[in-house]
Amino acid sequence: MNKFAQQVWAEIVSNKKVGAYHHMVFAVGELAKHAKPGNFVAISVGGGDSSMVLRRAFAIYRTFDRGVNGGLLEIVVAPHGSGSTWLTNQSPGFKVDLIAPLGTSFGIPTQPVRALLVGGGYGSAPLFGLSEVLKNRGCRVDMILGASTAKKIYAPLDGKRTVSSMTITTEDGTTGITGKVTDVLANIIETNEIDIVYSCGPMGMLEATSAISSQLGVMHQCAVEEAMACGIGVCMTCVLPIRGEDGQIRMVRSCIDGPVVDGASVIWGSKRMIPEGTWGAK
Amino acid sequence: MFNFSTNVGGAEFSNPIFTASGCAGSGKELSQFFDISRLGAIVTKSIMIKPRSGRATPRMAETPSGMLNSIGLQGPGIDQFLAIDVAWLREQGVKIIVSIAGESVEDYAVLARKLRSVPGISALEVNISCPNVENRGQVFACHPKTARAAIEAVRRNVGGELPIIAKLTPDVTSIVEIAEEVIAAGADALALINTVLGMVIDTNTMRPKLAGKTGGLSGPAIRPIAVRAIYQIHEAMPHVKILGMGGVTSGRSALELILAGASAISVGTATFGDPTAAMKIKDELEKELIAHGFDSVREAVGYAHRDEGNL
Repeated sequence: MNKFAQQVWAEIVSNKKVGAYHHMVFAVGELAKHAKPGNFVAISVGGGDSSMVLRRAFAIYRTFDRGVNGGLLEIVVAPHGSGSTWLTNQSPGFKVDLIAPLGTSFGIPTQPVRALLVGGGYGSAPLFGLSEVLKNRGCRVDMILGASTAKKIYAPLDGKRTVSSMTITTEDGTTGITGKVTDVLANIIETNEIDIVYSCGPMGMLEATSAISSQLGVMHQCAVEEAMACGIGVCMTCVLPIRGEDGQIRMVRSCIDGPVVDGASVIWGSKRMIPEGTWGAK
Repeated sequence: MFNFSTNVGGAEFSNPIFTASGCAGSGKELSQFFDISRLGAIVTKSIMIKPRSGRATPRMAETPSGMLNSIGLQGPGIDQFLAIDVAWLREQGVKIIVSIAGESVEDYAVLARKLRSVPGISALEVNISCPNVENRGQVFACHPKTARAAIEAVRRNVGGELPIIAKLTPDVTSIVEIAEEVIAAGADALALINTVLGMVIDTNTMRPKLAGKTGGLSGPAIRPIAVRAIYQIHEAMPHVKILGMGGVTSGRSALELILAGASAISVGTATFGDPTAAMKIKDELEKELIAHGFDSVREAVGYAHRDEGNL
């Protein structure tokens, strides 16, 4: 559980379309100071008597701590479902029911290591806050962002400034290298002598990133994405199989024991099945 | 002075708003958002004898005014549950209703024996209607005979002290018939209703969305089914106390179930959308009851059944 989680009515301060996404800013007060890169936010959608009964979870892009009245929290929303579309249709001044910060955050090394941040689509959002933190610790930060097409690359200018190098891939070749992030990953890990990989994006990308990182003996932390009903650890829907330090595989809640997990601990490729040997499996 | 206390199956509670089984985690998760001792009771997630991984993911699909879940009773097993979860809940000063689930009549007997001497438990909710099992034949509450056998096993093994609340499914031809069987078998009260069996097909993949294919439908979408089931049973057995649930999201919807015949209300899916839902519903319900001129919850229980002449 994230002990700092709070439920607040947060006013939308800004809502701007950026490529295929919406960059949204909320006034959240003092909770902003407790949010760490990797944490997420859960927002009620649809208004009062909406037929959408569940919150929507979004990775926190970044926060600004300006005290009780001025704390800001930013997210990047891809309006593809009815809930996210409703949210992106709301104007500044409107208040939403918001819970944050939720979940685990990216682990920050105590040594000034060489870090590689890998983002897929709007999964890049939490990586810019992470890169700032890593920079301040004296780390060298490289970044790879990938998407199906140029419009789906989220890379704001001020974000780009926090990294030493930025590699972009698109599947349709509309910008950067034609291909996927995982096509260039191994080469960058080796050339830049990367110590740790951080990733956020679709599960397929996280799985492939985990495989390459393991192969090259590099640590890998990833922010996973599972369908969630509550976001606070009570519904048990967002589980994924993770091997604990004791060697036992357990179905673990990605909302409170994640979203950031050690990539090597995840039993990948187990969508729609319970891996053999999982605690309590029949 | 308004009296918010209620009675379910012989057990007394300070107010009628409980959590629904499987919708409050271990209690700890919600305690971050409100003082759980303000609940009438916490109904724990159905516990089985052994640890259980639950079903594969995806386990969830949002539906119009509701959701499907297919958790499959993930849990640590009764021993760890008693040692850790129940021990913690006892310290919180909240009334505890332990929900149990078994795969066989013998499982229910074993669970009842393990619980009979555990201190600090107010009642047992016997889940004989979880839809998320591989074999529909395991849904004891679908047949009068199996429903009776499971409840008899609990009654025999739990001793005379602990009230038994049998949780039933509306997915049957006559829920009244099943209710009569479990009351005859020794249940003190009924929990109505469990989720309704449903399915969502993903039109992109063109397969069932849930890994377990079917799931339990909950939320406001099923509220009229809950109201109907509670009304029918209260009509047939007005002396039997009912713990009502099914899509309660507000004080007004809680009142609807109470008017149908529920003595207390479990809040489930609403908590997924809002961790403080139970507290909001509690406050709203008290205001609703007072606004309608009731001096107590008890007066409102089954009030929708009154004779036309009293209108």
